[in-house]
Amino acid sequence: MPESRDRIDQTMPATYFDHNATTPLDPKVRVAMEPWLGELYGNPASLHAFGQAARDATEVAREQIAGLLGARPAELVFMASGTEANNAVLLGCSWNTSSKGHLVVSGVEHPSVWKPVLALQKSGMEVSWVNPDRQGRVDPEQVMAETREDTRLVCLMLANNEVGTLQPVEKVAGSCQERGIPVLCDAVQAIGKVPVNVADLKVDYLSVGAHKFNGPLGAAALWVRGGAIFEPLLKGGSQERQRRAGTVNVPAVVGFGEAAKVAAEELEVRSRRVLELRQRFESGLERIADSTVHGRLAERLPNTSHIALLGADSESLLIRLDLAGFAVSSGSACSSGTVEPSRTLLAMGAPREEASCSLRISFGPRNTIEEVDAFLDVLAREVAELRRLSSVPQS
Amino acid sequence: MKPTIAVAMSGGLDSSVTAWLLSRAGYPVIGLSMLLWDRSQDNTYGRCCGALDMGDAKRVAQQCGIPHYTLQMEEEFRRSVVDPFVQDYLDGRTPIPCTRCNTWIKFDLFLDKARQLGAERIATGHYARILEGPEGYELHAAAEPSKDQSYYLFELTQDQLASTLFPLGETSKPEVRLMAQEAGLLVAQKPESMEICFVEGGVRQFVESQVEAEPSRFKTKTLNRPSQVVDRNGEVLGAGEPYYRYTVGQRRGLGLAAREPLYVLRLEPDRNQVVVGPESELRAPGLIARDLHWIGKERHDPSEALVKIRSRHPGVLSVIRPVGDGRVEVEFAEPQVGVSPGQAAVFYEGSRVLGGCWIDGPMTEDWTLVARQSSRALE
Repeated sequence: MPESRDRIDQTMPATYFDHNATTPLDPKVRVAMEPWLGELYGNPASLHAFGQAARDATEVAREQIAGLLGARPAELVFMASGTEANNAVLLGCSWNTSSKGHLVVSGVEHPSVWKPVLALQKSGMEVSWVNPDRQGRVDPEQVMAETREDTRLVCLMLANNEVGTLQPVEKVAGSCQERGIPVLCDAVQAIGKVPVNVADLKVDYLSVGAHKFNGPLGAAALWVRGGAIFEPLLKGGSQERQRRAGTVNVPAVVGFGEAAKVAAEELEVRSRRVLELRQRFESGLERIADSTVHGRLAERLPNTSHIALLGADSESLLIRLDLAGFAVSSGSACSSGTVEPSRTLLAMGAPREEASCSLRISFGPRNTIEEVDAFLDVLAREVAELRRLSSVPQS
Repeated sequence: MKPTIAVAMSGGLDSSVTAWLLSRAGYPVIGLSMLLWDRSQDNTYGRCCGALDMGDAKRVAQQCGIPHYTLQMEEEFRRSVVDPFVQDYLDGRTPIPCTRCNTWIKFDLFLDKARQLGAERIATGHYARILEGPEGYELHAAAEPSKDQSYYLFELTQDQLASTLFPLGETSKPEVRLMAQEAGLLVAQKPESMEICFVEGGVRQFVESQVEAEPSRFKTKTLNRPSQVVDRNGEVLGAGEPYYRYTVGQRRGLGLAAREPLYVLRLEPDRNQVVVGPESELRAPGLIARDLHWIGKERHDPSEALVKIRSRHPGVLSVIRPVGDGRVEVEFAEPQVGVSPGQAAVFYEGSRVLGGCWIDGPMTEDWTLVARQSSRALE
């Protein structure tokens, strides 16, 4: 055997290149949260001093997040996840009307959009899917061509979570606004990586999650344009101005606010940093045969590189890379930890064998050039070894 | 340097202890679970291929301090195990999916996958032993006969045996449970799964639901139609359930009033008939079979061995007579009850598994004659 086996060493520090899945907590965020995991407590809905302190903390956070998005604080509804935010809009849009209606949905949406859409379709809603071009970009004119009199909602994400392609949301939302069609924009993957301003975007609903930009898990928000129809998904107490029942997760929301504040301050530095890492990686990739970068010609998130390595099955490669100490992904993280061919890539028209030989590398500002170089070496080695093993039929 | 071992972890007790023993012995171990039949929707637990059990496998891997990954193999499992299982019932056979799963999934695909990941060996929690002998690797029954699973492994090849470890082959179930308790493995109290892992409810209902869900997957005979129950001479005795709900040797549930107890002798899918007769007619002097496989050196001449015609059969001394093209006749020293098409006949020499074959049906007196002539012609 060419390689020693001692690389399966659980104590070996691994390098994290999976920042589109989740990110490490920013130390400043942790400091902001700590009092609310210790001496401070209170239900923001309570009348007394404890409640008032908690409420004040969540309202500061709301202002911080509004600041990052160019939104009004009162338009933000705290939720537990980006998934919840997307579901709330989609499931809400089917209520309150007798007619079934119609949706226009892009073919690159996150499962938290397309799965509820499938559920709506099953219950009678008509759906037009708009697939992207080979670079992963959805054509605004195609989207508009699909809209109808009874179109209830258009769904177009800001940045694709797998390939990282930025979508022409502003253009689509502008045209939709003229026709009075609301737009849901899943911005979870974009926030903290590229500048986002809800006023410019002209969308009606925008979802954002804290843990994608160094905030804590369990905090997210839905921005609802003032005046837009909103039917709560969770019904119960009158929290969040009757838009989301359930006690607000105070520590997580406090961290969310701080993460938004830090992101607003550091956005440019972070973007430049991750772009530098990605350029290093993608130029180094040229020495691996049969490798391509998906969406290379499109505008992408600065930190995301989604590549195809023909003849190297993603499932096996991911495992080999993990054993070698590098955490990457094949696309969207799936709860069971298994690997399926990317729906986005298939929508982009990638052949199935290319989709099943793809890797997503998503950098974070704390990664280093040395880590990228070390990764390139290991990737070249593992891909070569895997291709060798896959081409030799076992007796 | 110790070889890297990939352990097939189902989330059950046996494979958990296997991973634990190997990791404690200092081998570099990778835990791998095969997602074969995802039933996360229906909350079944304690079976070998569901998503809930994957969760247990992951937690045990953490306890062992080894990395763990889940491999998606649902398509292959359906194609190689579940569909043939359903088709066998429709063809009037009683299949053993566990052997097919061993042959096509665990020791074929899984071994390939493990090699792709850089592992040199695989290990499973089967109760069987692999020994080195003059003819190469030998498969032997487990040291503890009550848990022996060697019957289900008769199709293994030399290459597979050379790359496989069965660390539990020398132990017993109580010992394994004790080891799990002492190690504090969280599956130590987990009950054993007894049924076929992908079948929930009755086998017959499963077969029907699979065909109804997607008829084009199968060469369907008559589904859900009452069968004719006939005797050996073709005389109709009454109406029965659809033929595939019966198993050869079955006595109960025929719903017939007869002077002597009646048993299912064979199924005739094309005619939707169930042939029944008294116990005496169930006895066969031997069997005919296909897909003959020898683990060691191939034997072309007739040879003697103890033959088990189902997993819990004590075995009967027999003459094994290959007749070419993978076909084989097995002649018992004394007639046996319950020779069932679709089951395996596995050959033993002491604890050693020599090989086996897949049963097509009982040998009748006439067949014996024909077979003798043809084997003489071969000589």
